[in-house]
Amino acid sequence: MTKKQKKVLYRIVIAILLLVAISFLPVSGWIQFLLYMIPYLVIGYDILRKAGKGILNREVFDENFLMAVATVGAICLGEYREGVAVMLFYQIGELFQAVAVGKSRMSISALMDIRPDYANIEKEDGQLEQVSPDEVAVGDVIVVCPGEKIPIDGVIAEGSSTLNTSALTGESVPREVEPGDEVISGCVNTSGLLKIRTTKEFGESTVSKILDLVENSSMKKSRSENFITKFAKYYTPAVCYSALALAILPPVVQLLTGHPATWSTWIIRALTFLVISCPCALVISIPLSFFGGIGGASACGILVKGSNYLEALAQTKCVVFDKTGTLTKGVFQVTKIAPTEAFQNTSGDADALLYYAAQAECYSGHPISKSLREAYQAVDKANNKIDNNRVTDVEEIGGHGVTAMVDGHQVAAGNAKLMAKLDLQAAVEKQRGQSAGSDSPDGDEIGTVVYVAVDDVYAGYILIADVPKDTAKEAIDALKRSGVKKTVMLTGDSKAVAEHVAKELAIDEVHSELLPADKVTCVEQLLTGRKPGENLAFVGDGINDAPVLSRADIGIAMGAMGSDAAIEAADIVLMDDNPAKIALAMKISRKCLRIVYENIVFALSVKAICLILGALGLAGMWLAIFADVGVMVLAVLNAIRCLKVK
Amino acid sequence: MKKSYKIEVDCANCALKMEEATKSVEGVKDAVVSFMTQKMNVEFADGADDKAVMQAVLKACKKVEDDCEIYL
Repeated sequence: MTKKQKKVLYRIVIAILLLVAISFLPVSGWIQFLLYMIPYLVIGYDILRKAGKGILNREVFDENFLMAVATVGAICLGEYREGVAVMLFYQIGELFQAVAVGKSRMSISALMDIRPDYANIEKEDGQLEQVSPDEVAVGDVIVVCPGEKIPIDGVIAEGSSTLNTSALTGESVPREVEPGDEVISGCVNTSGLLKIRTTKEFGESTVSKILDLVENSSMKKSRSENFITKFAKYYTPAVCYSALALAILPPVVQLLTGHPATWSTWIIRALTFLVISCPCALVISIPLSFFGGIGGASACGILVKGSNYLEALAQTKCVVFDKTGTLTKGVFQVTKIAPTEAFQNTSGDADALLYYAAQAECYSGHPISKSLREAYQAVDKANNKIDNNRVTDVEEIGGHGVTAMVDGHQVAAGNAKLMAKLDLQAAVEKQRGQSAGSDSPDGDEIGTVVYVAVDDVYAGYILIADVPKDTAKEAIDALKRSGVKKTVMLTGDSKAVAEHVAKELAIDEVHSELLPADKVTCVEQLLTGRKPGENLAFVGDGINDAPVLSRADIGIAMGAMGSDAAIEAADIVLMDDNPAKIALAMKISRKCLRIVYENIVFALSVKAICLILGALGLAGMWLAIFADVGVMVLAVLNAIRCLKVK
Repeated sequence: MKKSYKIEVDCANCALKMEEATKSVEGVKDAVVSFMTQKMNVEFADGADDKAVMQAVLKACKKVEDDCEIYL
């Protein structure tokens, strides 16, 4: 509770005690009136003051004015205790609401609390000094102790450690880092001491950008929020005029029909009507729901740039994916090793074949060579080291491959052309059947083939491919389960590769061999072909698909850790590369919208019922206060559910 | 030109009123008030003096909601 709220609490307690005490005093008339005025002023002085200012500023119809008129009206009619009690309950309700809203705001902010408070700089005497991250210049060296957050993006100058990225990605997958590695702010250093040379200013660092993005997200209002704003514009005057009519018309009719006019009754009913009508429950709960949804999503590593996108996501019926880096890992991996029978009989198994290939390619910087080396090292982490000393006479033949001497054996590793050059085509054909001689593999073998010959004898081939992410299949399934009608994959890759991946992941539609500009055309065609009210989302890695990201209804960027372009162009950013998060984001979006509608329906219907009861004189000031404050508190409590993701 | 200001406002409806009031101030092209983050983003019209405009905005906001505060 803030100071302001505590003060109100004390006033409430004092007013209650006074009210109870006065009720038991055997007084009447003027003295009773004066005595009741004490708790009334204690609890309501600020409301009266605000109401007075409101009148001076010609801003008449606010809550303060309503409460002032309602309670003063009651007191004028001699209902002292009722007048004080109404004011008292109004204040209790307001206090409760302020605390509830404050709490939920705090808990949402806590979810997004990744802002580092300080950076450590090593002074000349070796002591660490804590400075504000703003004060650290690019190129300075900062020290991050175990347990601390990395405050600024940079490169590790000294030390190695394990980082916890869960604050950014929502998944606590530890990441090993060593000198030379780039690290991004927001990660928590879990083990060793790190010295980091900063590469960005604090304001440009990942963590600042993310915070900016999330904090500004509530500035982009959703359709539901705009609806309420518009609704309030008509609603408030409509209710005010109805109240006025309620106060004047029935007594006038009574007069005209020859009955005595009961002015006071109808004026009180009109006041009750006004108190009930306050639109606060709607006005507060809807942005709070969206804010909660956005907060909950960012705790899972899904950054949503605005309430409008969260809303649009719920109606997504078509999801278009970029292939490389989005559905696939974007790096080559060995998917198959096929030694010939002859090689197996004489020299060894698949691992041996991989060994020769990896050794021969040990100097090459080509991604395929890299993946061969990685695959070899992965077989046996402890013993399998690429040893440059065992390789001599390395010769790279452009467009063909590599030849080298490995452990005294002449090894050739490369494409079909290299094999043809070595006159080994026949052996290759024997192993691979009809498709030999081409580099595009047949059947379910999709990827790049590296043929290996040892001592001028064909030894087998190794298949290297960009494999789908482990979660890709699950992601597509989850999307389909959650009502996405169509999944499309766009890629610049060859048709065979694209169709193979699409089949494996059960994607409905594939467009392959596209240039970046073709992707925009493709998405535009899909956009014109869809039904109104159905949104199209494009998911890319944000590297060269910025135009498509901005063209789609919702642009979702993947793997945004450190990629500025993605954060700029996309509407939703997935902090880890996991495509399965899209379905989760949709789930959050739906839940959030459901809660918003619940609140709209609940608040409006309770208000409508209370308004009718109030107009008929069946609802007193007590019910009116419930309809105002009670409904709001319930709506706020409901809205807070948006925070919980699972 | 766009600027962001920290604000203090107690109720969501008051934030809406502040937004309306800010939008109607001369020199303000667009304004968004967020109750949740207690922030106000103001986009100024071309050539407007942001400091003078913000004084007028503060006055307009105080008029609709006496309790509000804008940290200029």
